Amino acid sequence: MDYLRSREDFTALQKRLYSDYNADIPTIIIPAGTCGQASGASDLVRTAQREIIKRKLQGKIHLRITGCHGFCEMEPSVLIEPAGTFYPRVDITGMKRIIDALVRAEVVEDLLFVDEETGQKITRQDDIPFYRHQSRLLLSQNEKIDPLDVYDYLRVSGYSAFVRLLTDMEPRQVIKEVKDSGLRGRGGAGFPTGLKWEFLSDAADGKGKYIVCNADEGDPGAYMDRSLLEGNPHSIVEGMLIGAYATGADQGVMYVRTEYPLAIKHLNNALKQSRALGLLGRNILGTGFSFDISLVKGAGAFVCGEETALMRSIEGKMGEPRQRPPFPVQKGIHGKPTLINNVETWANIPVVLKNSVQEYTKIGRMNTGTKIFSLVGKIKNTGLVEVPMGTPISKIIYDIGGGQSGKAGIKAVQTGGPSGGCIPEKMFDIPISYESLAQAGSIMGSGGMIVMDENTCMIDVAKYFMNFLKDESCGKCFPCRKGTQRMFELLDDIASGRGTLDHLKTLEELALVLKDVTMCGLGQTAPNPVLSTLKYFRDEYLEHIEHKRCPAGVCKGLISFTINDLCTGCGACVKACPEQAITGEKKQRHVIDQDRCSRCGACRSICKFEAIEIH
Amino acid sequence: MVTLTINGLKVRVEEGMTILEAARFVGFPIPTLCHNDGLSPYGACRLCVVEIGQEPKSKLVSSCTYPVEEGLTVRTASQRVLKARGMIIELLLASCPQSKTIQDLASAHGVHQQRFKQEYEDCILCGLCVRTCSEQMMAHAIGFRGRGENRSIGTPFDISSDVCRLCGGCMYICPACQLRCTYNQPQHAICNACANLRPPCIEKEGYNNLMCYMEPCVACEIK
Ligand SMILES: Cc1cc2nc3c(=O)[nH]c(=O)nc-3n(C[C@H](O)[C@H](O)[C@H](O)COP(=O)(O)O)c2cc1C
Ligand code: FES
Repeated sequence: MDYLRSREDFTALQKRLYSDYNADIPTIIIPAGTCGQASGASDLVRTAQREIIKRKLQGKIHLRITGCHGFCEMEPSVLIEPAGTFYPRVDITGMKRIIDALVRAEVVEDLLFVDEETGQKITRQDDIPFYRHQSRLLLSQNEKIDPLDVYDYLRVSGYSAFVRLLTDMEPRQVIKEVKDSGLRGRGGAGFPTGLKWEFLSDAADGKGKYIVCNADEGDPGAYMDRSLLEGNPHSIVEGMLIGAYATGADQGVMYVRTEYPLAIKHLNNALKQSRALGLLGRNILGTGFSFDISLVKGAGAFVCGEETALMRSIEGKMGEPRQRPPFPVQKGIHGKPTLINNVETWANIPVVLKNSVQEYTKIGRMNTGTKIFSLVGKIKNTGLVEVPMGTPISKIIYDIGGGQSGKAGIKAVQTGGPSGGCIPEKMFDIPISYESLAQAGSIMGSGGMIVMDENTCMIDVAKYFMNFLKDESCGKCFPCRKGTQRMFELLDDIASGRGTLDHLKTLEELALVLKDVTMCGLGQTAPNPVLSTLKYFRDEYLEHIEHKRCPAGVCKGLISFTINDLCTGCGACVKACPEQAITGEKKQRHVIDQDRCSRCGACRSICKFEAIEIH
Repeated sequence: MVTLTINGLKVRVEEGMTILEAARFVGFPIPTLCHNDGLSPYGACRLCVVEIGQEPKSKLVSSCTYPVEEGLTVRTASQRVLKARGMIIELLLASCPQSKTIQDLASAHGVHQQRFKQEYEDCILCGLCVRTCSEQMMAHAIGFRGRGENRSIGTPFDISSDVCRLCGGCMYICPACQLRCTYNQPQHAICNACANLRPPCIEKEGYNNLMCYMEPCVACEIK
């Protein structure tokens, strides 16, 4: 690998990469992030490699293995460049046929994506509604680069923004640009990034300032940071380089959870490559600017995503928050001023500064830029979606997400992870911004979006999150440790039919106090799932308490299963029942022994005749 | 020197003081549990919360950790503070009713109900013992383990520590296990018996009458 000693070296390398690349050669792109691999992308990669070698297609067809493109529902998928053809859910024979067709410059018609609404086949990825309605500022880069190859990143003008700033712009000016861009933290609280940088820049002169990339993504159901780390690790390195130059930091830390082995592998590789190129380390491009990044693996505690806990964890201590002030920029890792930004924030930095800031500020309404959401739950198109700020929730859920996945209609969406809240369907026209979501009783958070339908019980949802939080609370702060546990107990009582109106009153009182008194963000936001469901779905709580009924048919203590006359006596449920609670003659209507029944619902999911009813 | 307003009173205190120290210095009481003058601030029990700033942007912070700031407005006993404090005490009672310290807090703050499932735990994880051990005894024999519900204090792997000098400092400082309170009806978490006694039990005939096994009696130390 060439070691770059000056800006001229860098430009020369980039020029060579541009001219060496022939965009006309057909390229098979296989997204193989963690999600892709889980659905079988590795088999496709192997097949494609084997076929290319077998048919001596090297040089005629390129293969690019990338990170996740976002449409996880359709994985393992294949994208063909430059035509932009998209093949969803490809299997090994499909892969072979695609290569066959590619050699003849054809398209495999029967493997194309079919729009369920219109029944029409769609050839190009960009025409699929899921992609068409997005603005994929960050995610679209994932398809263009092999995350293990720094040259790929350089070819899409990677590191250009950094090199330009490094040689042409004063650090102060960079901070001003970031401030002007209106970029706000994507990790949760939405603090203006430029302002945070200014604080660090103003903090004591001299050596020893840290900047940290917070890649501890711990929200259940959220994985946008993972896909950026896996799919485009150099963009984060570049973001941190720019941040270091602007603020005068000389040490960088990436704090990644151990549960992301592929991300760690790609990051380590990226760091090694940029060091080898001379883009990281001492005296970068001969300018006298030095900066290096180390990678710290977190053990996967949710609370370690909180700034002060994260810093303690980096120091090798127990991951528990401490009271602020002092803030990290005053006293951070080993007592040095420290700046912490989220993965997506860092990944946005090169995008913001690549072109003019005015360009960037045009994107989005209310707040600037785009935000990636991980759309999961009872929705047709699960995956990562990137939309401009100010996009209404309904557009994400119906236009991009394709609406409900089952028969039941959508009831609410939970945003912001365990610290967020539930927003009911009737409010789906609110635009996504930090303020509007907060006003609705939820938060932007890091961008989780869990869609719930009529078969979801809101008490069960609140209980789920409270269970998560009581396990993930560090336990230091007494009201957080006990409060989350008590809220869980109260919810459990309500869910199992022991609830009274007093329970509700205590729950609400406790939730409001917790919001007020706890030490860190975890405890302060822990009541949100309870408070927001109480606000919008109080009648569901009352139904549980007053009529001992769970309208969604979820809470095990309040429901029972029976078999109606649609039963054909096929016996499928008898085999499925883990409690041996179902009996009956062949071809006769079966019955469920209520004392034995554990209400697991196995019979209901296996019955083909809709003969099992929930009461 | 820093000037700030506590409960409407303008006070000048030294820079670097915490709100708790400043408030106590001028005579406003703030209850604490995890705080001890000889140990580093910890901020875990949250009993010492005070309201700072102007409404509607005011917020609750733990006074034992918050340094005084020029021009800060502090309220040590606003409605919001009292409500929060009451709930914390209720939670404490629900977990650890046998602690005399906690029973006293309950009576001092007029907490007369406990609405949660009663537990009888021996430790509220205030961390006073851990800090005494490391900061005063320089032993670092005990520490925290686990998180959330499973957090506990002890030696690594529960093997008796070779750095422990059996000084007993940890037991001396414990607000939960040292001052045991036995009350006549264990099913009721709140006894209030001794704290409500006038005159204190020393002037009674014997502490046996008070269903208290503390020897010597500590009720007389109650404010
Ligand atoms: C309990 C808790 C968990 C958090 N988890 C994360 C996380 O997983 N990833 C993250 O980037 N920020 C997380 N945060 C937010 C961080 O504390 C911090 O605000 C953020 O990293 C700042 O970066 P930003 O300004 O770029 O958003 C968490 C906060 C709390 C209170
Ligand atoms: S005394 Fe301040 S939090 Fe415990």
